[in-house]
Amino acid sequence: MTRPLLLRGGRVIDPGRHLDRVADVLVTDGKIAGVEPGLTAPEGAEVRDVRGLVVAPGLVDVHVHLREPGNEDEETVATGARAAAAGGFTAVCAMPNTDPVTDNQAAVGFIVRQSVRAGLSRVYPIGAVSVGQKGEQLAEFGEMVGAGAVAVSDDGRPVVSGHLMRTALEYARTFDIPVADHCEEPTLAAGGAMHEGLVSTRLGLKGIPAAAEEIMVARDLLLAELTGGHVHLCHMSTRGSVELIRHAKARGVRVSAEVTPHHLCLTDAACEGYDTHAKMNPPLREAEDVAALRRGLKDGTIDCIASDHAPHAYDEKEAAFDDAPFGIVGLETAFGVAHTELVVGGVLTLPELLARMSAIPAGLFHLPGGSLGPGTVADLCVLDLNAPWVVRSTAFHSKSRNTPFVNRELVGRAVLTIVAGRVVHEHENVTAR
Amino acid sequence: MTVTLGKDLVGLEFLSADQLRLILDTAEPFKEVSERPIKKVPALRGKTIVNLFFEPSTRTRISFEFAEKRLSADTVNVAVSGSSVSKGETLVDTAKNLEAMRIDMVVIRHGASGAAQFLGNRIRSNVINAGDGKHEHPTQGLLDMLTIRDKLGKIEGVNVCLVGDILHSRVARSNLWGLTKLGARVAVCGPRSLLPRGIEQLGVRVFGRIEEAIEWADVLNVLRLQLERMEKGFIPSLREYYRVFGVTMERLERAPRALTIMHPGPMNRGVEIDSRVADGPHSVILDQVTNGVAVRMAVLYLLAGGRPELADAAKGGVE
Repeated sequence: MTRPLLLRGGRVIDPGRHLDRVADVLVTDGKIAGVEPGLTAPEGAEVRDVRGLVVAPGLVDVHVHLREPGNEDEETVATGARAAAAGGFTAVCAMPNTDPVTDNQAAVGFIVRQSVRAGLSRVYPIGAVSVGQKGEQLAEFGEMVGAGAVAVSDDGRPVVSGHLMRTALEYARTFDIPVADHCEEPTLAAGGAMHEGLVSTRLGLKGIPAAAEEIMVARDLLLAELTGGHVHLCHMSTRGSVELIRHAKARGVRVSAEVTPHHLCLTDAACEGYDTHAKMNPPLREAEDVAALRRGLKDGTIDCIASDHAPHAYDEKEAAFDDAPFGIVGLETAFGVAHTELVVGGVLTLPELLARMSAIPAGLFHLPGGSLGPGTVADLCVLDLNAPWVVRSTAFHSKSRNTPFVNRELVGRAVLTIVAGRVVHEHENVTAR
Repeated sequence: MTVTLGKDLVGLEFLSADQLRLILDTAEPFKEVSERPIKKVPALRGKTIVNLFFEPSTRTRISFEFAEKRLSADTVNVAVSGSSVSKGETLVDTAKNLEAMRIDMVVIRHGASGAAQFLGNRIRSNVINAGDGKHEHPTQGLLDMLTIRDKLGKIEGVNVCLVGDILHSRVARSNLWGLTKLGARVAVCGPRSLLPRGIEQLGVRVFGRIEEAIEWADVLNVLRLQLERMEKGFIPSLREYYRVFGVTMERLERAPRALTIMHPGPMNRGVEIDSRVADGPHSVILDQVTNGVAVRMAVLYLLAGGRPELADAAKGGVE
């Protein structure tokens, strides 16, 4: 039985209920008991002064790679959950491209057990679409959902077969789960290391054209329309994709889409000097794409932000650009980057950003949390938006350090992360006033 | 103000016009060394140089080796046939090992773009790029420029067209940067499937037809077309390539003026170039090879800290 917890005097933002006011938040029995000014602390309650700070639903990330089982030197469920907690995330969804692939109920159950054992932020497994992510035979969605999977995806690679994607969308309807697709036409993207454009031409690196993503986005939208299934499009990166999704949503297609913090603020120019920390898939695109992704996120065409947290050992990125793996870690910089670029940068209001990092993704994947409504699970975060901080990868809780944001000054970070009423992360030097 | 080259030569893109002229001018006195009965000067005596080749190469490696030996450096050739998977690891470990052996310079050829810069950023020794992936081949660009200057007396205002597979060509990129910086007009000509995206934005003209390129150009630099391009589906066949883009005698005869013909080698006779053109009176293909040694001597000499005004004296033998 955890002690009751009273967070006193913070700016409480509950985007799902359009609430934004200074109030106290009382947590009892792991649930939200009340959000009001001037609440009295119950007997034995822990009271924390959070004046000057923001209290919000815990952040939710529907796209992370935690590398367990298979690459525990890069990340584990426990270290990933720890990094999530440090970033203000109370729930993350782990992609199934582990080794072996998370494509059956036993493997899904393993992730759930590791998450419970870690006792930090919640880790929800995503099951594979196809057995071994080979793109041939459907995995057992029903049993995986029974074991705790919240979605299916072959992320890391696309579902190449149109027939398999169609079947997955139809079959997933029974269990009301989204099919999350990594949109990449493999013959166009083959061998590519970065965005195809002027920078790739100059650097002499093989490019991945925007069309490689957009062809699959268009296909998935048509198949979602055909089947009535819910397709969730991972890490959108091009202006063309935004346009395709906008049209599909206008037609009523069941589609949701995510974008990463890095695709919202970096361009292919980050690859200059062959910086392997700017190598990710989909690749960083052009300024026009960044602008379109921001507009899409603002107007709801892109539903939410997801980090695509992709840990890699330091020596894997210490290689020639062509030989380095794709991906960067993101859990511990996602909120800071998004807040600095989008809220301080004047693209979104703070409640709009918080909706896109908590209530909306939780709703899309039917996860508890994402709300401060009375009686909901007490997953929340306290954010300090006052003090700028500088990204130091050596301070990461993640096992990996591969980020292009090292030494960048950000505004906004989680100082307190609470899961089911229990503090799972607390940052020192809180600048509460 | 004295112009210097810095620690490494990884490409021509970030060199200034003054730096390019410095190398070309320094190459002039070194040309004569190769014409002597005793082809050796003591300029780099006591320097150790490793020729580190991750890709097979005959002429570039030999050209560097002659340049090093004619400057009296001690050289070691390392040929690594690493698998593509282990390339990265090999590269970083190789760099550390070389550093530990206290060498002075590394000449590197590698299949990955950026490999020379990667190495240069990690070791104190001078690094010279002898071709990295599809990125740059700076000494080839320099020897092409020297050859144009020899033949036409200038680079500024000359129309140079690169013909063939621009997409995969490091020679094309080095030529493009070097020539445009020294005031030449550069164009490319080849099938659209072998031209990189946005090439026009780098300040070059694009010709879709070889006849148009020939009409415009003073110099054609004909690139090697690799058989693999056909296998990977970039062009339908070598036969058709020759018919549409081949630099033939018939096409050159229709040109308004005689064109200087260059080729970085090795040539595919009858694929990108007609033998009669390659062996004809306007071909400077073998002059390119000769100039390659002089340009590489100049680069080695300058990176080792040699002073350009002393290049003439250095070759005289100051033992």
